Amino acid sequence: MMFPYIVRRVFVMILMLTILSVITFILFNAVPTDPAKLTCGKTCTPEIVAANRIRLGLDQPLIVQYVEWIKGIFVGRTYGTGSATFECSAPCLGYSFRNGEEVTTLIVNALPVTMYLAVGAFLLWMLVGISMGIAAAKNHGKWQDRTIMSVSLIGYSLPVFFVGLLLLIFAIVRWNLLPYPNYESPFDDPVAFFQTMLLPWVTLAILYAAYYARLTRSQMLETMGEDFIRTARAKGLSERVVFRKHAFRAGLTPIVTSAGLDLAGLLGGAVITEYIFSLPGLGRLAIGAVTDYDLPTITATVLVAAVFVIVANLVVDILYAAIDPRVRLS
Amino acid sequence: MSIAKATKNDVVVGRTLRQLAWARLRKDRVAMSSMFVLGLIVLIAIFGPLISKWLGVNPYDFNTDLLSDAGSLPLGPFGGVSRDHPLGVEPLTGRDILARLLYGSRISLFIALSATFVTVFVGTVVGIIAGYSRGRTDIVLSRFMDITLAFPLLLVIIAMTPVIEQRLQSLGLPAGNPSRITTLILVLSVFGWPYLARLIRGQVLSLREREFVEAAVSIGSSKRRILFRELLPNLWAPILVYATIAMPALIGAEAALAYLGISVVPPTPTWGSMLEESVGYFTVDPFYFFVPLSMLLAAVLSFNLLGDALRDALDPKADRN
Repeated sequence: MMFPYIVRRVFVMILMLTILSVITFILFNAVPTDPAKLTCGKTCTPEIVAANRIRLGLDQPLIVQYVEWIKGIFVGRTYGTGSATFECSAPCLGYSFRNGEEVTTLIVNALPVTMYLAVGAFLLWMLVGISMGIAAAKNHGKWQDRTIMSVSLIGYSLPVFFVGLLLLIFAIVRWNLLPYPNYESPFDDPVAFFQTMLLPWVTLAILYAAYYARLTRSQMLETMGEDFIRTARAKGLSERVVFRKHAFRAGLTPIVTSAGLDLAGLLGGAVITEYIFSLPGLGRLAIGAVTDYDLPTITATVLVAAVFVIVANLVVDILYAAIDPRVRLS
Repeated sequence: MSIAKATKNDVVVGRTLRQLAWARLRKDRVAMSSMFVLGLIVLIAIFGPLISKWLGVNPYDFNTDLLSDAGSLPLGPFGGVSRDHPLGVEPLTGRDILARLLYGSRISLFIALSATFVTVFVGTVVGIIAGYSRGRTDIVLSRFMDITLAFPLLLVIIAMTPVIEQRLQSLGLPAGNPSRITTLILVLSVFGWPYLARLIRGQVLSLREREFVEAAVSIGSSKRRILFRELLPNLWAPILVYATIAMPALIGAEAALAYLGISVVPPTPTWGSMLEESVGYFTVDPFYFFVPLSMLLAAVLSFNLLGDALRDALDPKADRN
């Protein structure tokens, strides 16, 4: 029962990824700017532009360029002809003239930073958000509930950049509680890593925890009104078991969905947070690419971010079926 | 007498969801106060130029005589608050902050409102069509929603803004703010509609099995009539709630984009651009930063609170009193 469902979903996912890659490619490569002209700086001559155009295959029709691009991702590609060729091995996402590097290298370097940021913030906000939500639901209508809901509504309404900037200004500039953000790999310098990541984690966690507190609360309250909860109580289960085993599990599905998609969305780059705290992650890479009009890098970062979300969609749907026995796999 | 009174009071009067919701909202103090705040903000936005004229303040005039010689910071308490400039003046330029806030509210609200309108329109139409038509149309539209939602919103917006603006200008829209604001509205709308479309689709899936749709089909109503005359009136509750929640999100998105450098063409102010400009002065002139921030937060919080209250008030499962 489970297996055919997964196969079908994987098939749909591959189809969606294909469409997605086409849209991404058209979006950024059919723009009214000449990508070849963007490959060299101020000391540009028409000859260099023409040569680069041929080297990068930009003289080919768009459809050929797309096929080459996709081919590069799976089997690698060779740029240029004759003696001036260079190899870009799979997965090749293109060559960034602005950075003088293969886009794959840029992404591979940026990805861990974004991953640490996303996962750390995720753990923090799930812990805080869900506990707040459960506490509010347990004390439904009392002052605890009202306090938690007001706090989370404010947290939910604050703009991301505001939270980030405020933390930066007060904790670092004013009170010198932490050194200025300077990203170091956790394997090289764990102390500096934690000092840099703490504020970004808190920034993201504040916003998401507020949302998850509200989501958890409304889910719990909804399931607490269901008939099977009354049944569970009627057969004499303790309130604790009813709450943990019945209500929480049934109310968990939408939380899992949101959590999976939010985490995936963040893995594609937390643009504003990375920008504020100068973290060299995917979001910063993408913003830099947009400002420089570095088309191969923009295309690749958007594609990578979108792939995360699509794959997360699949994982979430499968988890759904595993968590909630009521989900029918039809 | 007492019996007559009792029977009179006990007469069961059918109330529509609209009447019920309104009755619930009027009892909800939070909802009423957020509506009041929002009403004020909207009035401020509409009459902004008139109020500025009446107070004798202007958003574009430089008042460098009110700034210190060293550092160009406003003289006087709270960033140069005085009778002529009730909320102080900007550092560096000395422009009146109140006037900029009044003018900025117009643009911020206009962008958010237009984007909400486009989002709601597209989302509703696509959602109704996807929900009512079975089979291929539904699958194609639904997958299209999924794909749109998979894109990293902020990145695509930032990357696409210059491109779309160029396109609009080549279509004949004047350069500068007309095309910039249209671009902002478009990019902000493009990614919001799938959420509503999904919601509406789900609702229509169950509505289309109801008797009134069957009745409409049996008397030979056109598909268009069924979609927009029969189904649409049953969907206003989720649409209204969605629109109320979309507004604050879009106001926040405008501010976030402004922070990343995508905003209206200066010197035109918005809440977002004012925040972006004032952030750098936060340590020396915090009042300058808190003025647009409190306006933005008041609007966003009120919309969120109202959205919450509306969702509760429009809940058909709630007690009917």
